[in-house]
Amino acid sequence: MNSIDLSVKIGSLTLQNPILLASGTVGYGSEISEYADLSKIGGIVTKSISLNPRKGNPPPRIAETSSGMLNAIGLANVGLEEFIKTKIPFLKDIGSTLICNIAASSIEEYVECTKALNYEDTVKAFEINVSCPNVKDGGLIFGNDVKYVRTITEKVRAATDKPIIIKLSPNTASIKEFAQAAKDEGADAVSAINTLVGTAFNIYTKKPKIKNITGGLSGAAIKPVALAKVLEISRNVDIPIIGIGGIMNWQDAVEFMICGASAVQLGTVNFINPNACVEIIEDLKKYCIETKLEKISKLTASYLI
Amino acid sequence: MIEKNCKVVEVNEIQTGIFILKVKSSQIAADVKPGQFCNIKVNDSLTPFLRRPFSVCDVDEDIISFQFNLVGEGTRLLSQKKKGDLLNIIGPLGVGFNYSGNFENAIIVAGGIGAAPFPLLIKNLSKDINVISFIGGRSKKDLIKYKLKNVIVSTDDGSEGFNGNVIQLLESEIHKYDKLNIKIFACGPNAMLRALSKFTIENKFDCEISTESVMACGFGICQGCNIEGINSERFLLVCKDGPVFKAEDVKL
Repeated sequence: MNSIDLSVKIGSLTLQNPILLASGTVGYGSEISEYADLSKIGGIVTKSISLNPRKGNPPPRIAETSSGMLNAIGLANVGLEEFIKTKIPFLKDIGSTLICNIAASSIEEYVECTKALNYEDTVKAFEINVSCPNVKDGGLIFGNDVKYVRTITEKVRAATDKPIIIKLSPNTASIKEFAQAAKDEGADAVSAINTLVGTAFNIYTKKPKIKNITGGLSGAAIKPVALAKVLEISRNVDIPIIGIGGIMNWQDAVEFMICGASAVQLGTVNFINPNACVEIIEDLKKYCIETKLEKISKLTASYLI
Repeated sequence: MIEKNCKVVEVNEIQTGIFILKVKSSQIAADVKPGQFCNIKVNDSLTPFLRRPFSVCDVDEDIISFQFNLVGEGTRLLSQKKKGDLLNIIGPLGVGFNYSGNFENAIIVAGGIGAAPFPLLIKNLSKDINVISFIGGRSKKDLIKYKLKNVIVSTDDGSEGFNGNVIQLLESEIHKYDKLNIKIFACGPNAMLRALSKFTIENKFDCEISTESVMACGFGICQGCNIEGINSERFLLVCKDGPVFKAEDVKL
């Protein structure tokens, strides 16, 4: 078997392989490109963009936890105008699919950002962040309310013909309802999961380890939760899923695909091994050869339950 | 900047609880500038989860060394490394000291393990520059003089040298040098750097401080190591904009 087909489809979007880099863990691509050949990956999801620049939360913003970390960056970003002017030119030449993540404090802001970026040919799809746990305005207020997710999806859908992916929060009782709402309003896919709300305290000072008190838990520690959410969506809603949550190696990526993911995003692992994306793709090829799998897309939702 | 598995040459406990780790990396050794750091994965497991950042302490041909004290699990594991073990290292990272310019006296101010980056700085300073090292610690056992020059010490408990903190010591000694010919290089706990910055800004000394922060990636993508800049609309990042800053540019 000489040619393994690693390509996957997310709605109308075709990726050369299922490995994407998650929003907020790769900046705007330039820093990580020193360590990893981005032309080899399925795509990159940029740091959340909002209409205006956001300074983000005061320090300390991160804390290490058992097999994971908490972060409360607070969507620090350069803002839409600066993104278009200075970040898109670099992203034009990375040689893989660019997905733009949008975060907003109002429904109008989501629409405005989408419209402005819709003109950029470099941007192939949008990921709509309705699930950041670390900002006071927007974020989880939207992500925890299925009516908001429905309205945001509907309005963003009307603003662009490009594929839209709704990034869902795990901090809800029933993620399938949110996935169903996204599907009903025309989303091409959902990505799951964003981080889990958590905290950590210093036992001597009795103070929280991050200034924001709570943050989003990510890393290997959250993988079982993420897999369960992906499986829940997969078994209940007919919509492509991009799996995210604690993927550290190729085995984790395969597990997500088996549980229903069409593609996956690598997040926290980029901080530890910035070349993990390229290594995982190589290892996925070996897995396909070993298991005589001609098309990796056949793994998606191949669970036997 | 590279990411690479580097061979451990040796780990030595130079004084109680203070270690020097030497690893072989011709590329980092050739590229590193004083004040820069490396981000080290101390093992292959999920515990500890993140890399650990360390200033490069010294370079000797293709060997780089790091100085550290025992803080938690990461440093405990590092202290147990053996010759030939492999360590995955990213570096050199960040902005180091700017030691070009017109000054005759390089004044080093270090608190505890803050002494780590200075052997490499001293090695790189022009030979005609006079180096004075003010070193502070809680007690005699906390003073680190490894490869420093002309060391003057302070201890909080008076067990060696000046009885008080290192900034008080500096304030009582600095008049001996011509202000215009001084550049101060400092590293240590935030409280020390805060007191030093206040003193150097008020008295118009040229001063650079090496800061530290909790950090994940070390190269600007996690945005976790932010620090408040003066006259800066955005937060600065310790890993990329620093770790060395002009004292007047950051708020600690």
